[in-house]
Amino acid sequence: MNILWNIILLLISLGFICAFIRLLRGPYLPDRVVALDLISVIAMGFIVVYAVRFNQVNFLDVAIILALITFLGTVAFAYYLERRI
Amino acid sequence: MQEILIMLLMLFGAVLIFLAGVGILRMPDIFLRMSATAKAGTLGVGLILTAAALHFNEFGIYTRVVAIICFILLTAPIAAHIIGRAAYFDGVPLWEGTIQDDLKKHYRISDHALYSGEIPPEEILVPQKEADDFSEEPE
Repeated sequence: MNILWNIILLLISLGFICAFIRLLRGPYLPDRVVALDLISVIAMGFIVVYAVRFNQVNFLDVAIILALITFLGTVAFAYYLERRI
Repeated sequence: MQEILIMLLMLFGAVLIFLAGVGILRMPDIFLRMSATAKAGTLGVGLILTAAALHFNEFGIYTRVVAIICFILLTAPIAAHIIGRAAYFDGVPLWEGTIQDDLKKHYRISDHALYSGEIPPEEILVPQKEADDFSEEPE
């Protein structure tokens, strides 16, 4: 059972690393915005897995707040991109 | 029995999140990258949240999880649509293997207007952007 938990956390971490490489490499600004969006979604999944693994109910509230802030951030970036031209 | 179900859901969710990461790294074009992340990421987090609800098995947790899943299902397509629209208007080039670009002759860059008929070719060209280079100093 412990190995399974490690596999789950490893897979999520690998996805995080891939998204972070895309955030660094670019090549355009919308690519970075999409990578940031994916990173926050992955962080949400990681928080929920952590909450289940260590029986911490309160971490689910953090996931709610993260979902709200992610959407607002993406909309703000898109607004900036359209006005920038 | 329930333990096995929880672990299976979590494993599927983790695999989907990993595939979303691989998709954003390997896809050739921002629009294809978005199609990988928006779908796989949403489903992966949804499965993980379902597993969490089954694990805690309380009424308050179920409500919270349903609220998060509904919110993600509502906002992920909207965010992807807005970013894709902004990227197209910003002039991000499409993949060279793209077969069809429906907006190509109907979008005017000067005032962001869409036309049903064709418009003169000197106005329709979306400027091909160079890649963003943050190394030089802003003026």
